[in-house]
Amino acid sequence: MDEIRLIEVKQDIHADNEAVANELRKQLAEEQTFLLNLMSSPGAGKTTTILSTVAALQDDLRVAVIEADIDSIVDAEKVAAEGISAIQLRTGGFCHLDASMVKRGLDGLDLGSLDFVIIENVGNLVCPAEFDTGAIKNAMILSVPEGDDKPLKYPLMFSVCDVLLVNKIDYLELSDFNLEVMRERVLRLNPKLQIFEISAKTGAGVQEWADWIRREAGAFISS
Amino acid sequence: MHELQVTEQILEVALKHIEGQNVSRIVNIYLRIGDLSDLEEEWIQHYFDYLSKGTLAEDAKLKIEKVPIVLECEDCGANFEVSKQELGEANCPDCEDEESSWNLISGREYTVTNLEVV
Repeated sequence: MDEIRLIEVKQDIHADNEAVANELRKQLAEEQTFLLNLMSSPGAGKTTTILSTVAALQDDLRVAVIEADIDSIVDAEKVAAEGISAIQLRTGGFCHLDASMVKRGLDGLDLGSLDFVIIENVGNLVCPAEFDTGAIKNAMILSVPEGDDKPLKYPLMFSVCDVLLVNKIDYLELSDFNLEVMRERVLRLNPKLQIFEISAKTGAGVQEWADWIRREAGAFISS
Repeated sequence: MHELQVTEQILEVALKHIEGQNVSRIVNIYLRIGDLSDLEEEWIQHYFDYLSKGTLAEDAKLKIEKVPIVLECEDCGANFEVSKQELGEANCPDCEDEESSWNLISGREYTVTNLEVV
Protein backbone atom coordinates (compact mmCIF):
# COMPACT_ATOMS: atom_id res chain seq x y z
CA MET A 1 0.00 0.00 0.00
CA ASP A 2 1.17 3.51 -0.78
CA GLU A 3 2.60 5.47 2.06
CA ILE A 4 0.54 8.35 3.38
CA ARG A 5 2.17 11.76 2.89
CA LEU A 6 1.32 15.01 4.62
CA ILE A 7 0.69 18.21 2.70
CA GLU A 8 0.64 21.35 4.77
CA VAL A 9 -2.17 23.74 3.83
CA LYS A 10 -2.96 26.27 6.59
CA GLN A 11 -5.55 28.12 4.52
CA ASP A 12 -8.56 29.91 5.88
CA ILE A 13 -11.70 28.50 4.28
CA HIS A 14 -13.13 31.99 4.02
CA ALA A 15 -9.98 33.47 2.44
CA ASP A 16 -11.52 33.76 -1.04
CA ASN A 17 -14.61 35.51 0.30
CA GLU A 18 -12.49 37.88 2.40
CA ALA A 19 -10.47 38.78 -0.69
CA VAL A 20 -13.62 39.64 -2.68
CA ALA A 21 -15.00 41.58 0.32
CA ASN A 22 -11.80 43.65 0.62
CA GLU A 23 -11.86 44.33 -3.11
CA LEU A 24 -15.47 45.55 -2.80
CA ARG A 25 -14.56 47.91 0.05
CA LYS A 26 -11.80 49.37 -2.13
CA GLN A 27 -14.27 49.91 -4.96
CA LEU A 28 -16.81 51.50 -2.59
CA ALA A 29 -14.15 53.91 -1.32
CA GLU A 30 -13.32 54.92 -4.90
CA GLU A 31 -16.99 55.37 -5.77
CA GLN A 32 -17.66 57.07 -2.43
CA THR A 33 -20.63 54.86 -1.69
CA PHE A 34 -21.37 53.76 1.87
CA LEU A 35 -22.57 50.14 2.07
CA LEU A 36 -24.51 48.87 5.08
CA ASN A 37 -25.34 45.20 5.66
CA LEU A 38 -28.61 44.78 7.58
CA MET A 39 -29.27 41.42 9.22
CA SER A 40 -32.00 39.96 11.44
CA SER A 41 -34.22 36.94 11.90
CA PRO A 42 -37.28 36.61 9.63
CA GLY A 43 -40.06 38.96 10.65
CA ALA A 44 -37.95 41.35 12.76
CA GLY A 45 -38.88 44.17 10.40
CA LYS A 46 -35.97 44.55 7.99
CA THR A 47 -38.03 45.75 5.03
CA THR A 48 -40.16 48.15 7.11
CA THR A 49 -37.00 49.47 8.79
CA ILE A 50 -35.38 50.03 5.40
CA LEU A 51 -38.44 51.94 4.16
CA SER A 52 -38.58 54.23 7.20
CA THR A 53 -34.78 54.71 7.16
CA VAL A 54 -34.73 55.65 3.49
CA ALA A 55 -37.67 58.02 4.01
CA ALA A 56 -35.66 59.80 6.74
CA LEU A 57 -32.55 60.04 4.55
CA GLN A 58 -33.67 60.55 1.00
CA ASP A 59 -33.39 64.35 1.04
CA ASP A 60 -29.71 64.06 2.01
CA LEU A 61 -28.43 60.86 0.43
CA ARG A 62 -28.96 59.09 -2.88
CA VAL A 63 -30.01 55.61 -1.77
CA ALA A 64 -30.51 52.14 -3.27
CA VAL A 65 -31.37 48.78 -1.73
CA ILE A 66 -30.08 45.28 -2.46
CA GLU A 67 -32.67 42.72 -1.41
CA ALA A 68 -31.65 39.15 -0.75
CA ASP A 69 -34.20 36.44 -0.53
CA ILE A 70 -34.00 32.70 -0.82
CA ASP A 71 -36.62 32.53 -3.53
CA SER A 72 -39.04 35.45 -3.70
CA ILE A 73 -39.14 39.04 -4.90
CA VAL A 74 -41.78 40.29 -2.44
CA ASP A 75 -39.40 42.61 -0.55
CA ALA A 76 -37.91 44.19 -3.66
CA GLU A 77 -41.40 44.89 -4.98
CA LYS A 78 -42.34 46.54 -1.70
CA VAL A 79 -39.24 48.74 -1.75
CA ALA A 80 -39.58 49.60 -5.46
CA ALA A 81 -43.25 50.52 -4.88
CA GLU A 82 -41.96 53.36 -2.66
CA GLY A 83 -39.91 54.70 -5.55
CA ILE A 84 -36.58 53.45 -4.18
CA SER A 85 -34.20 51.77 -6.60
CA ALA A 86 -33.89 48.14 -5.63
CA ILE A 87 -32.05 45.09 -6.90
CA GLN A 88 -33.26 41.62 -5.99
CA LEU A 89 -30.79 38.81 -5.42
CA ARG A 90 -32.22 35.34 -5.23
CA THR A 91 -29.84 33.28 -3.18
CA GLY A 92 -31.33 30.06 -4.54
CA GLY A 93 -31.49 28.25 -1.23
CA PHE A 94 -28.42 29.85 0.32
CA CYS A 95 -29.09 31.02 3.86
CA HIS A 96 -26.86 34.10 3.65
CA LEU A 97 -25.15 36.52 1.27
CA ASP A 98 -21.44 36.40 0.61
CA ALA A 99 -19.22 39.03 -1.00
CA SER A 100 -19.51 37.60 -4.54
CA MET A 101 -23.29 37.74 -4.39
CA VAL A 102 -23.17 41.33 -3.11
CA LYS A 103 -20.76 42.17 -5.90
CA ARG A 104 -23.34 40.95 -8.43
CA GLY A 105 -25.91 43.23 -6.77
CA LEU A 106 -23.59 46.24 -6.80
CA ASP A 107 -22.70 45.60 -10.46
CA GLY A 108 -26.38 46.12 -11.26
CA LEU A 109 -26.35 49.60 -9.67
CA ASP A 110 -24.80 52.83 -10.86
CA LEU A 111 -22.56 53.40 -7.83
CA GLY A 112 -21.29 56.71 -9.18
CA SER A 113 -24.74 58.21 -8.64
CA LEU A 114 -25.32 56.65 -5.17
CA ASP A 115 -24.17 57.71 -1.69
CA PHE A 116 -25.66 54.90 0.31
CA VAL A 117 -26.65 51.29 -0.39
CA ILE A 118 -28.40 49.04 2.11
CA ILE A 119 -28.19 45.27 1.81
CA GLU A 120 -31.17 43.44 3.23
CA ASN A 121 -29.52 40.12 4.06
CA VAL A 122 -31.38 36.80 4.27
CA GLY A 123 -33.53 36.56 7.42
CA ASN A 124 -31.40 34.42 9.72
CA LEU A 125 -29.32 35.11 12.84
CA VAL A 126 -26.79 32.32 12.25
CA CYS A 127 -25.26 32.13 8.78
CA PRO A 128 -25.06 35.79 7.71
CA ALA A 129 -22.84 36.47 10.74
CA GLU A 130 -20.15 34.20 9.33
CA PHE A 131 -19.74 35.80 5.90
CA ASP A 132 -18.14 39.16 5.18
CA THR A 133 -20.31 40.87 2.55
CA GLY A 134 -17.88 43.68 1.79
CA ALA A 135 -20.08 46.17 3.65
CA ILE A 136 -18.50 49.14 5.42
CA LYS A 137 -20.70 48.66 8.50
CA ASN A 138 -22.92 45.87 9.79
CA ALA A 139 -26.21 46.41 11.54
CA MET A 140 -28.74 43.98 12.96
CA ILE A 141 -32.30 44.20 14.17
CA LEU A 142 -33.62 42.46 17.26
CA SER A 143 -37.36 42.97 17.57
CA VAL A 144 -39.07 43.05 20.95
CA PRO A 145 -41.36 40.03 20.29
CA GLU A 146 -38.26 37.84 19.72
CA GLY A 147 -37.21 38.20 23.35
CA ASP A 148 -34.22 39.60 25.25
CA ASP A 149 -32.45 36.22 25.39
CA LYS A 150 -31.35 36.24 21.73
CA PRO A 151 -27.83 37.55 22.51
CA LEU A 152 -27.31 34.35 24.52
CA LYS A 153 -28.45 32.15 21.66
CA TYR A 154 -26.75 33.90 18.74
CA PRO A 155 -23.63 35.49 20.24
CA LEU A 156 -21.67 35.65 17.00
CA MET A 157 -24.26 37.83 15.26
CA PHE A 158 -24.24 40.33 18.14
CA SER A 159 -20.42 40.29 18.14
CA VAL A 160 -19.90 41.15 14.47
CA CYS A 161 -22.31 44.12 14.26
CA ASP A 162 -21.57 47.83 14.66
CA VAL A 163 -25.19 48.70 15.35
CA LEU A 164 -28.13 47.01 17.04
CA LEU A 165 -31.60 48.30 16.26
CA VAL A 166 -34.11 47.21 18.88
CA ASN A 167 -37.24 47.35 16.75
CA LYS A 168 -40.95 47.25 17.60
CA ILE A 169 -40.46 49.12 20.87
CA ASP A 170 -44.15 49.95 20.62
CA TYR A 171 -44.67 46.32 21.72
CA LEU A 172 -42.64 46.75 24.91
CA GLU A 173 -45.65 47.18 27.16
CA LEU A 174 -47.16 43.94 25.93
CA SER A 175 -44.06 41.85 26.47
CA ASP A 176 -41.67 40.86 29.24
CA PHE A 177 -38.70 42.01 27.17
CA ASN A 178 -36.25 43.67 29.54
CA LEU A 179 -34.30 46.39 27.73
CA GLU A 180 -31.75 46.77 30.53
CA VAL A 181 -31.01 43.05 30.70
CA MET A 182 -30.67 42.89 26.94
CA ARG A 183 -28.41 45.94 26.87
CA GLU A 184 -26.16 44.44 29.50
CA ARG A 185 -25.97 41.14 27.62
CA VAL A 186 -25.10 42.62 24.23
CA LEU A 187 -22.56 45.08 25.59
CA ARG A 188 -20.72 42.24 27.28
CA LEU A 189 -20.52 40.54 23.89
CA ASN A 190 -19.64 43.69 22.04
CA PRO A 191 -18.76 46.80 24.10
CA LYS A 192 -18.52 48.99 20.99
CA LEU A 193 -22.04 48.18 19.79
CA GLN A 194 -24.26 51.23 19.14
CA ILE A 195 -27.84 50.61 20.22
CA PHE A 196 -30.89 52.43 18.89
CA GLU A 197 -34.41 51.76 20.10
CA ILE A 198 -36.82 52.22 17.25
CA SER A 199 -40.25 51.45 15.94
CA ALA A 200 -39.99 51.32 12.17
CA LYS A 201 -43.77 51.35 12.04
CA THR A 202 -44.46 54.46 14.18
CA GLY A 203 -41.17 56.13 13.28
CA ALA A 204 -40.03 56.40 16.91
CA GLY A 205 -36.24 56.61 17.20
CA VAL A 206 -35.71 56.42 13.43
CA GLN A 207 -34.26 59.95 13.22
CA GLU A 208 -31.45 59.11 15.68
CA TRP A 209 -30.60 56.01 13.65
CA ALA A 210 -30.73 58.00 10.41
CA ASP A 211 -28.39 60.59 11.99
CA TRP A 212 -25.89 57.83 12.72
CA ILE A 213 -25.97 56.79 9.04
CA ARG A 214 -25.55 60.41 7.92
CA ARG A 215 -22.49 60.75 10.17
CA GLU A 216 -20.92 57.44 9.20
CA ALA A 217 -21.65 57.82 5.48
CA GLY A 218 -20.36 61.40 5.58
CA ALA A 219 -17.14 60.31 7.31
CA PHE A 220 -16.65 57.45 4.84
CA ILE A 221 -17.34 59.53 1.75
CA SER A 222 -15.00 62.34 2.83
CA SER A 223 -12.21 59.99 3.93
CA MET B 1 -26.99 25.81 8.10
CA HIS B 2 -24.38 27.08 5.67
CA GLU B 3 -22.47 23.81 5.67
CA LEU B 4 -22.86 23.36 1.92
CA GLN B 5 -20.92 26.46 0.99
CA VAL B 6 -18.25 25.87 3.61
CA THR B 7 -17.87 22.29 2.38
CA GLU B 8 -17.44 23.49 -1.20
CA GLN B 9 -14.65 25.75 0.01
CA ILE B 10 -12.96 22.90 1.90
CA LEU B 11 -13.03 20.72 -1.22
CA GLU B 12 -11.74 23.56 -3.39
CA VAL B 13 -8.86 24.35 -1.01
CA ALA B 14 -7.92 20.67 -0.74
CA LEU B 15 -7.93 20.06 -4.51
CA LYS B 16 -5.94 23.23 -5.14
CA HIS B 17 -3.21 22.13 -2.75
CA ILE B 18 -2.64 18.73 -4.38
CA GLU B 19 -2.14 20.17 -7.86
CA GLY B 20 1.24 19.07 -9.21
CA GLN B 21 1.97 17.03 -6.08
CA ASN B 22 1.59 13.63 -7.76
CA VAL B 23 -1.31 12.63 -5.51
CA SER B 24 -3.51 9.64 -6.35
CA ARG B 25 -6.09 10.44 -3.67
CA ILE B 26 -6.73 12.43 -0.51
CA VAL B 27 -7.21 10.25 2.58
CA ASN B 28 -7.80 12.77 5.36
CA ILE B 29 -8.43 16.49 5.51
CA TYR B 30 -7.56 18.16 8.80
CA LEU B 31 -9.56 21.21 9.81
CA ARG B 32 -9.56 23.63 12.71
CA ILE B 33 -13.01 25.10 13.33
CA GLY B 34 -13.79 27.58 16.09
CA ASP B 35 -16.51 26.78 18.61
CA LEU B 36 -18.34 30.00 17.73
CA SER B 37 -19.38 28.52 14.39
CA ASP B 38 -22.64 26.63 14.20
CA LEU B 39 -21.42 23.99 11.80
CA GLU B 40 -22.71 20.46 12.24
CA GLU B 41 -19.81 18.08 11.74
CA GLU B 42 -22.02 15.26 10.57
CA TRP B 43 -23.53 17.41 7.84
CA ILE B 44 -20.19 18.66 6.63
CA GLN B 45 -19.07 15.07 6.06
CA HIS B 46 -22.36 14.22 4.30
CA TYR B 47 -22.07 17.20 2.00
CA PHE B 48 -18.42 16.46 1.43
CA ASP B 49 -19.13 12.86 0.40
CA TYR B 50 -21.66 14.17 -2.10
CA LEU B 51 -19.56 17.01 -3.51
CA SER B 52 -16.30 15.07 -3.75
CA LYS B 53 -17.64 12.23 -5.88
CA GLY B 54 -15.45 11.73 -8.94
CA THR B 55 -12.62 13.87 -7.56
CA LEU B 56 -9.33 12.84 -5.95
CA ALA B 57 -10.92 13.70 -2.61
CA GLU B 58 -13.65 11.08 -2.93
CA ASP B 59 -13.91 9.01 0.28
CA ALA B 60 -11.64 11.42 2.16
CA LYS B 61 -12.49 11.87 5.84
CA LEU B 62 -12.77 15.27 7.44
CA LYS B 63 -10.91 15.38 10.74
CA ILE B 64 -12.17 18.35 12.68
CA GLU B 65 -10.31 19.86 15.59
CA LYS B 66 -12.62 22.22 17.47
CA VAL B 67 -10.94 25.37 18.73
CA PRO B 68 -12.29 26.64 22.05
CA ILE B 69 -13.54 30.19 22.54
CA VAL B 70 -10.82 32.09 24.40
CA LEU B 71 -11.31 35.62 25.67
CA GLU B 72 -8.78 38.15 26.89
CA CYS B 73 -9.85 40.43 29.72
CA GLU B 74 -9.36 44.09 28.75
CA ASP B 75 -8.66 45.04 32.37
CA CYS B 76 -6.07 42.52 33.53
CA GLY B 77 -5.09 40.80 30.28
CA ALA B 78 -5.91 37.31 31.57
CA ASN B 79 -6.97 34.74 28.98
CA PHE B 80 -9.87 32.46 29.80
CA GLU B 81 -11.95 29.85 28.03
CA VAL B 82 -15.75 29.95 27.85
CA SER B 83 -18.43 27.90 26.17
CA LYS B 84 -20.61 29.50 23.52
CA GLN B 85 -23.55 29.44 25.94
CA GLU B 86 -21.57 31.33 28.61
CA LEU B 87 -20.31 33.99 26.24
CA GLY B 88 -22.99 36.59 26.92
CA GLU B 89 -22.41 36.39 30.66
CA ALA B 90 -18.68 35.67 30.80
CA ASN B 91 -16.67 37.19 33.64
CA CYS B 92 -12.92 37.28 33.95
CA PRO B 93 -11.98 34.63 36.55
CA ASP B 94 -8.94 36.65 37.67
CA CYS B 95 -10.32 40.11 38.36
CA GLU B 96 -13.96 38.97 38.72
CA ASP B 97 -15.04 42.39 37.54
CA GLU B 98 -18.57 42.03 36.22
CA GLU B 99 -18.22 45.23 34.23
CA SER B 100 -15.00 44.27 32.47
CA SER B 101 -15.06 43.70 28.73
CA TRP B 102 -12.89 41.39 26.69
CA ASN B 103 -11.51 40.64 23.26
CA LEU B 104 -12.00 37.42 21.35
CA ILE B 105 -8.67 35.57 21.03
CA SER B 106 -9.91 32.39 19.37
CA GLY B 107 -13.14 30.65 18.45
CA ARG B 108 -13.74 31.91 14.91
CA GLU B 109 -11.18 29.69 13.13
CA TYR B 110 -12.08 28.12 9.79
CA THR B 111 -8.86 26.62 8.55
CA VAL B 112 -7.79 23.67 6.45
CA THR B 113 -4.56 22.78 8.22
CA ASN B 114 -3.22 19.63 6.56
CA LEU B 115 -3.98 16.94 4.04
CA GLU B 116 -2.98 13.30 4.23
CA VAL B 117 -2.58 11.91 0.75
CA VAL B 118 -1.29 8.86 -1.07
